[in-house]
Amino acid sequence: MEPFFIRYRNLVVLLAILLAQIIGLAMQVHRADSGRNSLDPRDSAGVRLIRLWAEAAVTPPERLFHASKLGTISLWQDYLDLRHTREQNQDLQKTLDRLRLEQASLLEDARQGQRLQALMDFQQKYIYKTLAAQAIGSSGSDKSRVFYIDKGSNYGLQPDMAVITADGIVGKVREVFPHTAQVLAINDLTSGAGVILETTRIRGILRGNAAGRPQIEGILADQRIQPGEKVFTAGGDQIFPRGLPVGVVEKVARDPERDGFIDVLVKAAAHLDRLDEVLVITAVQPRFSPEEQQDLATSEALKGAEVEAIKEQQKASAIMAERLPGLTDPNAPAATPAAAPGQAAQPGQSQAAPAPPAGPQAPKLMQPRRPDRYTPGAASSAPVAAGTEAKPTPRPQAPATANSGKQPVPKPAPRPASKSESKPSQPERTPEP
Amino acid sequence: MTVLGADFRRELGVSRYPMLVYVLAPLAALVLQAWLPRLLHGYAWFDLPLVVTVYFALARRDAIQGTLMGAGMGLFEDALTTHAIGVNGVAKTVVGFLAGSVGVRIDVEDHTVRLIVTFVLSLLSSAIYFFIYRILLGLDLDWSWLVELIRAVANSLIALVLFHLLDRLKIRD
Repeated sequence: MEPFFIRYRNLVVLLAILLAQIIGLAMQVHRADSGRNSLDPRDSAGVRLIRLWAEAAVTPPERLFHASKLGTISLWQDYLDLRHTREQNQDLQKTLDRLRLEQASLLEDARQGQRLQALMDFQQKYIYKTLAAQAIGSSGSDKSRVFYIDKGSNYGLQPDMAVITADGIVGKVREVFPHTAQVLAINDLTSGAGVILETTRIRGILRGNAAGRPQIEGILADQRIQPGEKVFTAGGDQIFPRGLPVGVVEKVARDPERDGFIDVLVKAAAHLDRLDEVLVITAVQPRFSPEEQQDLATSEALKGAEVEAIKEQQKASAIMAERLPGLTDPNAPAATPAAAPGQAAQPGQSQAAPAPPAGPQAPKLMQPRRPDRYTPGAASSAPVAAGTEAKPTPRPQAPATANSGKQPVPKPAPRPASKSESKPSQPERTPEP
Repeated sequence: MTVLGADFRRELGVSRYPMLVYVLAPLAALVLQAWLPRLLHGYAWFDLPLVVTVYFALARRDAIQGTLMGAGMGLFEDALTTHAIGVNGVAKTVVGFLAGSVGVRIDVEDHTVRLIVTFVLSLLSSAIYFFIYRILLGLDLDWSWLVELIRAVANSLIALVLFHLLDRLKIRD
């Protein structure tokens, strides 16, 4: 036997190594119920060990390369290329002021939303804590859409944590090593994320296709889905919080394997092929994070008074517009031949059989809620407290009929009596023409 | 056909390198293969581990060394992806074996020979990868022979430069 192995030792070594690898491959692939083969999403201990060795060998030099690249870029951008920085700073300051104003304005809505969610026993998960990480390397293969980040289990990272950028979602953490982590991008064939279309509210699962482009699979053919529609995370996959931008619909194509189904190709919002810095969502909570709360408080402190002033101004404008005599009440009954033009409809009259409208009707003057001395015909009969004229106090809710700023369309049908009776606060006066 | 003659084969010497080169060159190939695609935004149509495997297998003129090196490089490449470990391993094992076997028979110092050998072995590696992944394992795989052809050309051009650089690291008698 010895001469055989010596003579053919090259071939024997080759076959032994090939056989070992093929057996290893066979152990990693499983046949699914659908009859198709698939890789086990969770690596076995042996496979994980090999990945750990490869990561330990490749990552330190990658970190070195990446740090050198960042240092060079930082040197250029932070110390040398500083043209137009002052203008950019001013623009950013203006943007910040505007955003603070908007944030303070939306703060009350957000609080109300949270209260309503608590009442409805619906817990919206907010991004509570994120960890910034640098993308330092890739898989090295154009057939596997994964990349490596420079944070690992020593920073608290765990598998299945969501990875995002400011533009949109990127992927999820697949493997965690002590100092690095492997991130599976959303355009990989083995990825998956629950998404929802913005306008049609159709839900689906986003995953990469064979060409490395994200697409939503398993959607019934729907004519309403059009290119350009925005796609957000649906929040049902327990990985990505709800409402994060995913991308826009790029193309709708038929599912080649299933009749009646379509594949929706999505253009990812995040630049998946040129990622530098990403955020790993390390915690989600049903409340705002301390940073967000601090940011909200700052915005409220800085811009809250301004927002209140704007709101007061808007309310005052609405009230003043409401009091203008030229505006009409769209819900007022149409003038009947029996009634004098411009006369307010009495409850008894409104129950009479309405006459069909003949041609365009003259709009009826709207009843002012709080007549003052400027109200036509009310100078002597409706004394108003002086305090209310100096500064109009805002009411809890604007009346449904106050369509300030717009000329209402007169309704041909008369208003039911119950409606006119439901406003007892309105003085029954007849404004002078 | 002088390059294939038996007398010529006997005259061929086996190149030797410092131990550090055996360690650092494959490692650098693996690191650059993982790092450069990020700079090139996905257009990294080359395979540095394959080029290094072919070089050492040709230079050492030893099929077993080429086989072992190809297997190691391929397994490390697979380990960095989400794919099954062993697909690149098998492909590069065969490439290393063939390069080592060919190195005994031809003049590997000739640039044209190096270019052709790298081109052919690169295409062969792609074909083996495709065969294992799509046919043997029955998994989905995006495949374009045009991309593989471009990859083979790129590998050959890289080999021209890289082989010349690595030749300078040889131990001279």
